[in-house]
Parts: sequence; structure tokens; C-alpha cells
Amino acid sequence: MNILSSFYYRYKKILKTIRLYLIIAGPGIIVMVADNDAGGITTYTATGAQYSFHLIWFLILLGPVAYYVQEMTVRLGAVTKRGHAEAIFHSFGSFWGWFSLLDLVFLDWLTMITEFIGMTAAMSIFGVPPIVTVIVGWILMGTMVLQGRYWTWEKAALVFCGLNLIYIPAALMINPPVDKILHGSFIPQLPPGGFTNALFFLLMANIGTTIAPWMIFFQQSAVVDKGMQEKDMLWGKIDTAVGSLLTVIVAGGCVILTATLLPGQIINDAATAAFRFMPINHYVGALLAIGLFDAGFLGAICISLASSWAFGEVFGWAHSLNHKVKEAPWFYAYYFFDLLLAGTVVLIPRAPLVLITLFVQVIAVTLLPAALVFLILLLNNEETMGEYKNTLFQNIANVGIVVVIIVISTLYGISAIFPKILGG
Amino acid sequence: MIFDFFRNTAGAVRDINQKYAKPHIEMTPWVRFSLGALRFYLLLLVGIMIYKFITLLH
Repeated sequence: MNILSSFYYRYKKILKTIRLYLIIAGPGIIVMVADNDAGGITTYTATGAQYSFHLIWFLILLGPVAYYVQEMTVRLGAVTKRGHAEAIFHSFGSFWGWFSLLDLVFLDWLTMITEFIGMTAAMSIFGVPPIVTVIVGWILMGTMVLQGRYWTWEKAALVFCGLNLIYIPAALMINPPVDKILHGSFIPQLPPGGFTNALFFLLMANIGTTIAPWMIFFQQSAVVDKGMQEKDMLWGKIDTAVGSLLTVIVAGGCVILTATLLPGQIINDAATAAFRFMPINHYVGALLAIGLFDAGFLGAICISLASSWAFGEVFGWAHSLNHKVKEAPWFYAYYFFDLLLAGTVVLIPRAPLVLITLFVQVIAVTLLPAALVFLILLLNNEETMGEYKNTLFQNIANVGIVVVIIVISTLYGISAIFPKILGG
Repeated sequence: MIFDFFRNTAGAVRDINQKYAKPHIEMTPWVRFSLGALRFYLLLLVGIMIYKFITLLH
């Protein structure tokens, strides 16, 4: 009887913990899964096709890197109750504030164009014209925010996050070589041919897609909009850790797909990979295309919200998803303006879409180091953070990660400006 | 109407500049160094971009 009651008690406790987690879960998972946006999926499929399973270990390493950076935004948001844009204005003054805000807005808009490019390319595999994809995308994105509750938006976004896991069944459907995957996952190695410029460029691209400026602004604002308190911080961290695990799993799934079905091929975008899958395995091709649409969609809704929140915080507009349109007209107007502008650019015939994609990498280099440096400085400010400021270990880990990210992303951006600098 | 919009926006920007005129973070040597390094880094990047733009024009 005692054993039974103890078992029942434990069962109820676990159930309660899971229920509590499901209430708190959201920003961490959404930001991490949305990190695997259209550009991210392209990078992973190119990595798998070009370097087979040899770099899965590197993608696994990027999981904790993303976690350490994003975890700081959870603490900062929960303690200060300010989004990242407002925190920069408040702590560093209007010069750095305007620099960060305007850079973020421009970069987000460019990145959103790449998300729409991914969405339209994915749906064109099913014969859907770009204009239909863009309009359906707008309607879906509008419906998600117009119901006037953060909670509903978050749960809808989590459904799209679930859809992003479509790469896992797709990878399982093709019977990939498990021994090679395990070898590539747990034994750090260089692909045959050694450390070449092309490999360096792809490694940089993978790092570049793991940490993006909008992620920092988005998660901090989402934590504030959700009303997360200091007591919820542990759950926020778990949420972020689960998200970083999912982002690695999805990245691994993409690599496995192209490493198994398209080994040695040059992939310039994920839609091309999906198109090439079609004659080999129609279902896998279709799943990759659906996943690519979903990745672009998730990226677009999160990036657009990151900008709207940032503007709302700084200009003092009502800026919560808990507000109805009438209560926060400027917040929603900016959200829709951003989406409409980005979607329209994709529909313009002969728009310089390749140049825009390249430009995203360059502009990101100007904002990412600043956002990361501000994050570290704010997390070390005892007056604001109190007992939640960075510990020595967190500082060593975070400063190390930030320095490496800044160096790599700078090299990545410069190589985008001067393609021949790495012998490309 | 458009004139009103720009006038209101300019007013809002002025208010924001006044509100955040002074940084609230304690300016320790570490903070000063970080912000200085960031300024240098950004100036360097802008220089590289201008150089690229000029070489493209030629």
C-alpha cells in the first residue's frame, strides 16, 4: 500500500511539474526553433550535402552556445521587465539605443525578405504561385496576432515549432546509416580534404545562423510580454535548454537527409534540395518543402514581432500581444507594415534577392557584436541584476562564446563583402 | 496629415532623446573600454564597407 501511495504521489508530482512547464514553456522553444529559419535550413542542407555526416558534432556543439547566449536574455527580461531595445536605451543612452534600434529594424526587414523567399520557393515545389504563398502567409500571420492574447499566439507558434520537427520523420524514412551518424555526432573530425576555405566558410555560416541579433531582442521582449518573474527563471532556462536541443535535432535531421540522399552535391538553397529529393523519394521531398515553408513562416512571425516590440518599448506605445488592435494600434500597424513590405519585395519581378541575402550577413555583423556586448555588460550590472548577475563561471563561458562569435561573424561578413578573401 | 505625422514623430524622437540623454549604467573602466572597442569596431566596419563601395564604383 505504501509503495502504491508513494508511486501515486510521485506520478502526481511529475504530472504537476510537466503541467507547470507547459504553462511557462514558450519563448525559449519558439526562439530556438525559429532560429532554424529558411536561411538556417539552407545552411544545414548544404553542410550535409557537401560534408556528409562529418560535421554533425559541430552542430551539436552549437546547441550549448545558443543556450548560453539566450539564457542571459531570460534573466535580463525577468529581472528588469524591459525588452533589449529599451534596456540599451536606458543603460547606454540614446546614441547606442538608436544605433541598435535602427540597425535591428533594417536587419529584421532584410531577414524577413529571406524568410519569404524560402516560403515561396518551398511552395513553388507544389506548384503554388508566390503571390498565393505570400497572401496565405500574411493571413496566417495576421490571424495569429489579432486574437489579442499572448498565450494564444504562443501556443499557435508552438504548433508551428512542432511542424518544424518534420525533418526527423523525414530522416528516419530514408534509412540513414546509423553507424556513420553516431561516428559523425560524437567523434570530432574534419571531413576528407582537411581544413579548406570552403569548409571554413560553411562553419562560419553555421555559427552565423545559430546566433542572430533578432533572437536576443525577441526572447527578452517575449519574456517581458509573457510576464515572467524571477521565480519563473528556472523554467525559462529549461525552456531555452529544450529549445536548443530541438534546434540541434532539426539541424541534424537536415544534415542526415542531404548527406544520405545528395552526397557530394552543391546545394545553394534548401528548396533546390527538396526539388532534387522529389525523384528519389517524393514524400521526403514534400516533407522538406513543408519544413522549409514552416521555417520561413516561424522566422517571419518572430522577427516581425521582435521589431514591433522594440519600437513599442522605445516609443512608449502599448506593445503587448495581450492588447487588442484598438489598444495598441501602432504596435500592430508596425507588425503588419513589416510583413507587407517584406512579402511585397519578394513579389517584385527581378528584385535583387541574392544581393539581399548577402546584405543580411553584412548588416548582421554590425549589430550582433553590439547586442552581445550590451548583453554581457547588462548582465554584470549589480545594481540592475542583483543576485541574478553573471557568476564568474557564466562570465568566462559567455565572454568566451561572445568573443568567438564576434570574430567568426566578422570574418563571415567580410567574406560576404570580399568573396575572394577566403579563396572562394 | 503627413506633415502632422512627421511633426509628431520628430516630437517623439526628441522626447526619447531627452528621456535617455544620460546612460544609467555605472561607467566602470570595463564598460568604458567595451564601448570604446565597440565604437572602433563599428568605425572599422563602416570603413571597409565604404572602401568596397568605392572599389565597386571604379
